[in-house]
Amino acid sequence: MSRRRRDGGVPAPLLVPALLAVAFLVLPLAGLVVRAPWSQIGPQLASPGVGQALRLSLVSATLATAVSLLLGVPLAWVLARSTLRGRSVLRALVTVPLVLPPVVGGVALFLVLGRQGIVGRWLYEATGFSLPFTTAAVVVAETFVAMPFLVISVEGALRAADARFEDAAATLGADRWTTFRRVTLPLVAPGIAAGAVLCWARALGEFGATITFAGNFPGTTQTMPLAVYLALQRDPEAAIVLSLVLLAVSLATLLLLRGRWLGRTVSA
Amino acid sequence: MTHRSLLAVAAALALTACSGPPVDGAAAGPTPDGSDLSGTLTVFAAASLTDVFTTLGEEFERQHPQVDVQFSFAGSSALAAQLTQGAPADLFAAADEAQMARVQDAGLVEDPAEFAANRLVLAVPPANPAGLRPPEGGAGVPSLADILTSDVTLAVCAEEVPCGAAAAEVLAAAGSPATPDTYEEDVRAVLTKVELGEVDAGLVYVSDVVAAGDGVVAFAFREGEQAVNRYEAAVLTDAPNPAAARAFSELVRSDAGQAALGAAGFPPS
Repeated sequence: MSRRRRDGGVPAPLLVPALLAVAFLVLPLAGLVVRAPWSQIGPQLASPGVGQALRLSLVSATLATAVSLLLGVPLAWVLARSTLRGRSVLRALVTVPLVLPPVVGGVALFLVLGRQGIVGRWLYEATGFSLPFTTAAVVVAETFVAMPFLVISVEGALRAADARFEDAAATLGADRWTTFRRVTLPLVAPGIAAGAVLCWARALGEFGATITFAGNFPGTTQTMPLAVYLALQRDPEAAIVLSLVLLAVSLATLLLLRGRWLGRTVSA
Repeated sequence: MTHRSLLAVAAALALTACSGPPVDGAAAGPTPDGSDLSGTLTVFAAASLTDVFTTLGEEFERQHPQVDVQFSFAGSSALAAQLTQGAPADLFAAADEAQMARVQDAGLVEDPAEFAANRLVLAVPPANPAGLRPPEGGAGVPSLADILTSDVTLAVCAEEVPCGAAAAEVLAAAGSPATPDTYEEDVRAVLTKVELGEVDAGLVYVSDVVAAGDGVVAFAFREGEQAVNRYEAAVLTDAPNPAAARAFSELVRSDAGQAALGAAGFPPS
């Protein structure tokens, strides 16, 4: 009896707010679909600028996710497992990009990595290379904004994971690096995957830090969100079409990943 | 609470305007000295007008203590988009005729009037990393092609916004002496990148250079005269407070208003 209720019914105090949440989150998307000038979608998709912006968005968001995984997972481990003093201060510091308006993040990146920046100046004088207005700058801006999402997710997964498996590995003679690779990583893989998806989605939608730090140049730094914003200035209908394209591609990617890669972990 | 009661007054005025006799200007009954203007006045103005309109707004509130002036400053294109989406405003001040035409075509304003002009100059960081300067001993205003070299890092506005349309025009007129490295979303973003020294040069308005003070050095060039932005203001047809909007528009075009615009770097229109 109680088992069937758990499977089927949703208590009203949860159902009503949940339905409101669905309406709140889904109606704006429905608005995009309803108001879309469907006849324009073909010509818009065929224009070379859209393909270029879409490709750049996908490539830079994926690279930003890769960099975030490479640096963010170790950072999450340090935050969750190490006995470092001042960890809570460290955690607060590395999650600052979450609360920082992205435009401010872009200016801050200039001050450090720009060609007049603290580090960038030195790089520019030594090699003549300046980071802003390059595709690499897009990846840097997206990583800055998106990596905290991955770090928070993975740290949460690490804290929820049973540390006794790691202790057991240690008593069997594994050193901490081996334990991390062979025990911890497989244990928190679902958390890492969820964090990576969140990070990728955030990077794909990134606007403020990108347009500030990387600028806006078709083919080099103009990602889809930038193209949408500028289209909105002149032709709102084109902006709706571009938004739908980005929406469709990101939904398709996430659903595909979910089916293939996250399938088991979601049902678990 | 004060705000709410002001809104109530504004709403009452709007109702009076609808039901009152269809005599132009009679709605809120402005006397010649405008002393019984009241309520909230909402002005949507181009980002480049931020400093000068804020000053004029304070002056307006001094003249009409019953009026609360609220500004929304943004790129003209963004403001035009907001207005066509139904944003409530009394007065729209756009940085070029094209954006005003968008709002006019949507039937939201009538009879826009020009009140200022602006033209582009080449701004460089004070350190001038690319060593750009007009040729020595040249007669008259130099061409943009004489100042720019092809290897500079150059920021301009995106063509979707007024300053970008003007930038494309002057670059073409000068024979494309350099290719932009970034198309920024508005003129203040171009100015920021010049001030930070991240680009060698940027095309911005004269008024932005005045606002930046010592932050940038600017060079005028003769193609600038061919792409002058004309600033226009218009009262919205369904403005909640049309009388105050007209009064503010008159202040902007008055001698005092024109002097303030001139001091802020807007060349006389």
